[in-house]
Amino acid sequence: MHDKSPMPASAVSPTSDGNAVVTTAWPETTGAQALMQALIAEGVTTFFGYPGGAIMPIYDALFDFGDELQHVLVRHEQGAIHAAQGFARASGKTGVVFATSGPGATNLVTGLADALIDSTPLVCITGQVFAHLLGTDAFQETDVINITMPVTKWNCQVTDASELPEAIAKAFYIAASGRPGPVLVDITKNAQLQLFRCPPYQPCTYIRSYRPKPIVRESYIAEAAALINQAEKPFILFGQGVLLGNAEAEFRAFVEKSGIPAAWTLLGLSALPTDHPLNVGMLGMHGNYGPNVLTNSCDVLIAVGMRFDDRVTGRLDKYARQAKVIHLDIDPAEIDKNVKATVPVWGDCKETLPLLTKAIKQKTHPEWLELFRHHTREELETVIEPEMNPMDGPITMAEVIQILNELTQGDAVIVTDVGQHQMVASRYTAFKQTRSNITSGGLGTMGFALPAAIGAKFGAPHRTVVCIAGDGGFQMTLQELGVIQQSGLEVKILVLNNRFLGMVRQWQELFNDRRYSSVDIISPDFPLLASAYGIPGSCVEQREHLHDALVTMMETPGAYLLEVKTGKENNVFPMVPQGCSVSEIRLK
Amino acid sequence: MKKEYTITVYTENQVGLLTRLAILFSRRKINIDSLNTSPSEVPGIHRFTIVINESEDTVRKLARQMEKQVEVLRAFYNAGDEIVWQELALYKVPTDEIAEKVQVERLLREFGARAVVIRKDYTVFETTGHREETDRLIRVLEPYGLIEFVRSARVAIIKASKGFHEQLTDFQQVNSRQSTVDSQ
Ligand SMILES: Cc1cc2nc3c(=O)[nH]c(=O)nc-3n(C[C@H](O)[C@H](O)[C@H](O)COP(=O)(O)OP(=O)(O)OC[C@H]3O[C@@H](n4cnc5c(N)ncnc54)[C@H](O)[C@@H]3O)c2cc1C
Ligand SMILES: Cc1ncc(C[n+]2csc(CCOP(=O)(O)OP(=O)(O)O)c2C)c(N)n1
Repeated sequence: MHDKSPMPASAVSPTSDGNAVVTTAWPETTGAQALMQALIAEGVTTFFGYPGGAIMPIYDALFDFGDELQHVLVRHEQGAIHAAQGFARASGKTGVVFATSGPGATNLVTGLADALIDSTPLVCITGQVFAHLLGTDAFQETDVINITMPVTKWNCQVTDASELPEAIAKAFYIAASGRPGPVLVDITKNAQLQLFRCPPYQPCTYIRSYRPKPIVRESYIAEAAALINQAEKPFILFGQGVLLGNAEAEFRAFVEKSGIPAAWTLLGLSALPTDHPLNVGMLGMHGNYGPNVLTNSCDVLIAVGMRFDDRVTGRLDKYARQAKVIHLDIDPAEIDKNVKATVPVWGDCKETLPLLTKAIKQKTHPEWLELFRHHTREELETVIEPEMNPMDGPITMAEVIQILNELTQGDAVIVTDVGQHQMVASRYTAFKQTRSNITSGGLGTMGFALPAAIGAKFGAPHRTVVCIAGDGGFQMTLQELGVIQQSGLEVKILVLNNRFLGMVRQWQELFNDRRYSSVDIISPDFPLLASAYGIPGSCVEQREHLHDALVTMMETPGAYLLEVKTGKENNVFPMVPQGCSVSEIRLK
Repeated sequence: MKKEYTITVYTENQVGLLTRLAILFSRRKINIDSLNTSPSEVPGIHRFTIVINESEDTVRKLARQMEKQVEVLRAFYNAGDEIVWQELALYKVPTDEIAEKVQVERLLREFGARAVVIRKDYTVFETTGHREETDRLIRVLEPYGLIEFVRSARVAIIKASKGFHEQLTDFQQVNSRQSTVDSQ
């Protein structure tokens, strides 16, 4: 064992008045040891990574910190970063990733892009070649800083150990503050090895040029409240900002006092319980009927922590043109980006929502709410009921989710991949708790679910975690089953197998005259594959066995893989076809 | 409607920041007409001057996205009538041609130019001004065998600006460090 905290020696250090005095000096450590101490000081306990040449000194230092720091060895660096994303989203903490230089670092790029667009706080540490070799095409050298610049909130390279503590402190501060995002610190090997006198760790709380939150303007709150108070058909759209701001309670209070129907984006899901009387459902391309159609009838649109993604708005020039728009967002660059705000309420919604709640009148909007219910009934009849309770034919994805709801009672963390199953799971899962829906929204990264579910389980160890993936996406990162095997992790895996790249097939059916080009996909025997990793599993194709199969999955201790063979050519409806207005939503 | 805007960005002096800013333009496939980096009126604070031809809406969004970068303090954008600006141009011409055929004195006066170097084989003229002015001198010199021409990036002063000193003080005050971003 190395000695982690060598005896302090005497040294000269400057004081604030500039006079040098002899003090007990800071202990001498390597850059790599300083990194470990910084991680501990930042409260990191679990992180994800993969070793290699350029990061070996860091892994060597890690060897001595096994008691404090749990490193999860993944099977591919993309798995590490998605796991860190799942960890962050389930726990609300910053996810941490280690990767080596060159291919290790480039394998992180997809996850960085995903975390940037979905505002997930991450600190990624990459090893880099010796500083004197930079720019020489050294072995496993890539220009990680420039490659990752467009996909990080901030990044920096450390070439001298003495810069390391400050860089790490800044990294954690930037990742988690304001609108969160991924940051990357690239550390050259010499800096990892270098001995230096390491000052006590100072967390960063201020960077001169960085304003994580705009100041809340009282005048905008007053203007927004006035609009809300006189509105007859107000409508709330809520997004991930509510979760990111830990403002679920504040949001609920706002909704309840205002009595305004509220609909969620894919990433706002679970911020308000599904069965809340004012929760009117999902927005956007595969969202619910009422929220989409009535967007074009409301008089005041109140957007809380959502960024009017094009999957939400459909055709912008036909989106809520009649409405006055109040936009609550922490990021001034989001205001007026896609939809022009009548009143921009900049700020953290954790602060702005209570101010707004105070300023508005207690109200109800029974007739307006009834209009949503009316649309819900129509959707229930034409779409939901036949999906949830089909009389015959192959199993539908919706009925799987319905049984899952019954078994989890809305308390599980649901981690979905990308495709039809993702839309169906979001539409039909009933949530009681916040931070329960983890999915790749903005980037739509297939292969996200399995590693993210692994991370979510580490981030919320006492909760049930269910990974729901399609047969296509599951095969993009299935190597991470090895992590489940190695750490004995209890992750339930549900593969909804339609023997197609379903979402693309649906588009080809609807928009390309059923020209099924390269969407027919053969899969391995999934339960057999799981068993190769020591994970029990089964496959179900008959409706009469579905319920029991799901019960077995949930009740078997530890991990379990259940493959459900669902209808090959089932489609997800409703749907706002691309390029159409939200009110042109199709029910079939 | 597209028109010419000059964007002035106050930043920390940081390696790599230029790339971060450039990415914001290139990802929207916007051509940067001119880009200058220089110190500013405040010691330690850097100043980028960027000229693009775009709609105001796009320019406003770009300015906000620039201000989002950790090391950027502020980004202002201005139309041509809101700034005083200059570009510097250098022209290299064969000395014998120019001495024989042109009334150099008159030319220099007319264009506010001066000769920076006069050698037997070539002469280098310099002038500063707006683009049309520096362009015009190219056309005048071309018939005499213009050997080289180069023009610098635009530098611009914002007419209405009171300088960045006060704003920086604002930034440094702990309780207003969350000061609002209001580009207009
Ligand atoms: C196949 C597929 C289909 C999809 N279909 C749909 C669909 O039908 N409907 C749908 O909604 N989405 C859909 N999406 C997802 C969509 O692409 C976007 O990811 C999603 O709409 C973004 O949701 P958001 O704006 O709530 O979250 P984000 O993109 O995370 O944006 C959050 C916003 O909140 C702000 N914010 C952050 N913190 C705070 C704070 N503390 N206070 C205030 N504001 C804050 C941020 O600045 C940002 O503007 C689909 C994705 C895929 C892959
Ligand atoms: C990495 C990646 N590649 C391609 C796509 C495009 N894409 C979106 S959905 C989809 C089909 C997904 O098929 P599957 O995983 O079987 O899920 P299903 O839609 O059938 O539920 C594809 C190919 C993507 N989102 N991500």
